[in-house]
Amino acid sequence: MGAFNTISFLPEHCDGCNACMTACATAKTGAPDVINSRIQIVADGGSFELAMCRQCGDPKCVANCPAAALAKNDADGVIDWDGTKCVNCLLCTVGCAYGGIVHNVAAGHVVKCDTCGGDPICVKACDRGALKYLTTANIYNEVGDLEDLFVPGLAGCQGCNTELIMRHTMRRIGPDTVLATPPGCIPGMGSVGYNGLTGTKVPVFHPLLTNTASMLTGVKRHYKRQGREVNAVALAGDGGASDVGFQSLSGAAERGEQILFICVDNEGYMNTGMQRSSCTPFGAWTSTTPVGERGTGKTQDAKNMPLLMVMHNCEYVATASTAFMEDLYDKLDKAIAASKRGFAYLHIYSPCTTGWRFPSQENIEVARKAVEANFVMLWESNPRDGLQLTRGVEQPLSIAEYLKALGKYRHLSEEQVGHIQATVEKNVSFIKGLAEGRHPSMAQVMAGQA
Amino acid sequence: MQETQYLIVGASHAALSALQAIRMQDAEGSVTVVTRDDALPYSPTVLPYVVSGRSAPERVALKDGAWFEKNKVGFIRGAAVTAVDATAKRAKLSSGEEIAYGKLLLATGAAPLLPPIPGLKDVKFHVLRTLDDAVGLHAALPQTKQAVVLGAGLVGMHAAENLAKAGAQVTVVEMQPRVLAGYFDAEASAIIEAAFAAKGVKLMLGAKVSRCNTAGKTVRVTTDGGATLDADLLLVAAGVAPVTDYLAGSGVDIDRGILVDDSMRTSVDGIWAAGDVAQAKGFYDGAKTLNGILPEAVEQGKIAGMAMAGDPTVKPYPGGVPLNTYTFFGQQAVSVGSQNEGEVVRKEADAKRYLKIVMQGNCLTGIFGINVAFDPGVMWEIILRRIDLGSVREAFIADPQKTARGIMSRTWR
Ligand SMILES: Cc1cc2nc3c(=O)[nH]c(=O)nc-3n(C[C@H](O)[C@H](O)[C@H](O)COP(=O)(O)OP(=O)(O)OC[C@H]3O[C@@H](n4cnc5c(N)ncnc54)[C@H](O)[C@@H]3O)c2cc1C
Repeated sequence: MGAFNTISFLPEHCDGCNACMTACATAKTGAPDVINSRIQIVADGGSFELAMCRQCGDPKCVANCPAAALAKNDADGVIDWDGTKCVNCLLCTVGCAYGGIVHNVAAGHVVKCDTCGGDPICVKACDRGALKYLTTANIYNEVGDLEDLFVPGLAGCQGCNTELIMRHTMRRIGPDTVLATPPGCIPGMGSVGYNGLTGTKVPVFHPLLTNTASMLTGVKRHYKRQGREVNAVALAGDGGASDVGFQSLSGAAERGEQILFICVDNEGYMNTGMQRSSCTPFGAWTSTTPVGERGTGKTQDAKNMPLLMVMHNCEYVATASTAFMEDLYDKLDKAIAASKRGFAYLHIYSPCTTGWRFPSQENIEVARKAVEANFVMLWESNPRDGLQLTRGVEQPLSIAEYLKALGKYRHLSEEQVGHIQATVEKNVSFIKGLAEGRHPSMAQVMAGQA
Repeated sequence: MQETQYLIVGASHAALSALQAIRMQDAEGSVTVVTRDDALPYSPTVLPYVVSGRSAPERVALKDGAWFEKNKVGFIRGAAVTAVDATAKRAKLSSGEEIAYGKLLLATGAAPLLPPIPGLKDVKFHVLRTLDDAVGLHAALPQTKQAVVLGAGLVGMHAAENLAKAGAQVTVVEMQPRVLAGYFDAEASAIIEAAFAAKGVKLMLGAKVSRCNTAGKTVRVTTDGGATLDADLLLVAAGVAPVTDYLAGSGVDIDRGILVDDSMRTSVDGIWAAGDVAQAKGFYDGAKTLNGILPEAVEQGKIAGMAMAGDPTVKPYPGGVPLNTYTFFGQQAVSVGSQNEGEVVRKEADAKRYLKIVMQGNCLTGIFGINVAFDPGVMWEIILRRIDLGSVREAFIADPQKTARGIMSRTWR
């Protein structure tokens, strides 16, 4: 069974305008009477709630049907209703705890959402942003079908997010690639290989921490000179990117070298024993910012690497998170395209179960919470359009909700949480400012557009 | 001798639901399903529609051979389990074969109960529980002018409607003073009774059959009031009893059904039971009762399957809630919960519409409607979760469907 597309409801954006219900009723019955809509929005105090078929993975309506009239479609995941088999017994409505399949008086039988064959009209009718048709599942399925360019059995920690990033980015980028993996978890888990065999199915090399971008520049230029077009990609950690590797990175960016530098940011040197880096956030425990009688975790704020890269006038800079893969893939495509014209930089946040101290199955949840709390912001930037948010930052999750998910923040005092909160707010305001054109980007200043 | 990790006896709702749950957790473990019916899995609930001709017998299969193959499940049909040796962990089949099992699920359901009516054994009568029964009844329809149905439960009422639609003169004889007494009160039943009366179905309520005998080509039914009814078709629908005969000597504790705990385990290690055959905890009083309805068979089967496969997410059985949906002559009756637990906070009935809400404190305990829209599955969940409706009490009583949907969307979206 694959993953499926789904209609999602964001109640905070719903104002009860009923456009979705009118559109659905009209599409299904030819008349706008909302009682016949397969999607039902109900007012609940001042807010709005939803009753609709969830196209469950283990559907009880199907199990409760004595007539084999309901079945989950293997191809699109929709629960199909077969009117020629239905006996109108209504037992499906007993099985559904979501009000998703109901007897309809006009039709004379039960009705339910069929997602309009994958093009739901309710979503199109919603201009408030309260209904979304999530097609992420398709992308997972598609990318899952692409060739994995790493060998099986990499020795990452259990639940490693970075391994997910490596495998999925390279699947998407494809085999026409030369890969640089400077010291860090990525080569450490085996991607550069053992005993003369690489852990990848593409050419890979292991530069020094300091010279990754320079070496990759040389390789790319060499291929260019030979007349061969390849993707030149670095998969580096935040230490390798933001600390000792920054000089060569900054140089390559400034010169506009045609490479894609991906920084996998797990906020520290995790493979060597969890030391702090300049990307480690304020307050975080690491082995070099210990917590004890005097130590209270890191006492400096993280440097904002992706913003620094924006100020290099790069062809493309973006931030991404594995909790939002659709967004990540979209940015990867743009970054690869941009790397044919100039320097592209992608900063992917990668929660580390071992170094951040949280249960391994929580990885994607932690990544999601980071974004939902605006601790991590998703945006992209290019010299022509400036910086644009790719995910709204209104109504964030409380920062405490994010911090408490992680062992590395367990010791925080109220004061420290306050500091982190203030830093997040400052960041949000600054980046929003850029997005709204209040702070013109370096590039726009230089292009005389500001 | 055949060996299987999981042996499931029965191939109906409880069995299939367990099977699904096992496969969610254990994709490879060997599973064998045995059913005494020589048919693909089907539901007894669909049978009234096979009788009427609305559902063709070959289109009611819940799973087909390809499904069993895809899910790597061995399917043995047309063979009954005749004995279980719980010590040796073996089941004996009517075919003579023996199967060694690791874990055993008993999902053998129920069979029609025959009341001790003098003469009943000697006359020709029908019951309705198997596909063969339904096909037989369907074949008898064209020759049926006078039909008598014993029992005004769900089976009897469904059958009576279909017999009437086929053109027969139908009489239903019921001991209780009203139809569907297990699910509806007098006012609600009155709406249903009126619909049947309007279609010419005769209901003899509060009447007991005292004897049956053959009178020429027909069966003569005599009631304790002295009335006689001649029928060319007699259907006995006087309730059901769990099928447990094959368990003699197995050591499995049986009261009215197979006694099970909150994870559907029987008294014997390695043996589970679910569905109509099981006697499990009731939701309201915790006493072990029979609750022979399809949604409970699905629920119990799922728990049994999860427990058997060691699924760590299995939750204890919350207890059985009486509930049902009943459509009759194009009208919809829904019954969720208990009539008797708590106080009636709203009740209205006219000739066409009925709604009753029962609450205990601020918790919903029952909701019953005829031709009134609400979501039974949402109400069931609200009852099971004992959701405190205090803050929305008035709104809930005024508009249960809308208020319940709001609670659902907020609470378990
Ligand atoms: C006419 C009719 C109408 C109904 N209408 C409704 C309704 O509207 N709503 C509702 O909720 N419920 C209704 N029911 C009840 C519902 O069908 C049952 O609750 C449900 O089918 C129980 O499922 P089960 O799996 O426990 O058992 P069953 O469906 O009884 O299945 C038992 C299975 O075990 C097999 N079996 C039995 N003994 C053996 C043996 N010794 N060896 C091997 N296999 C064996 C049988 O072949 C069968 O496959 C109705 C029932 C009937 C008969």
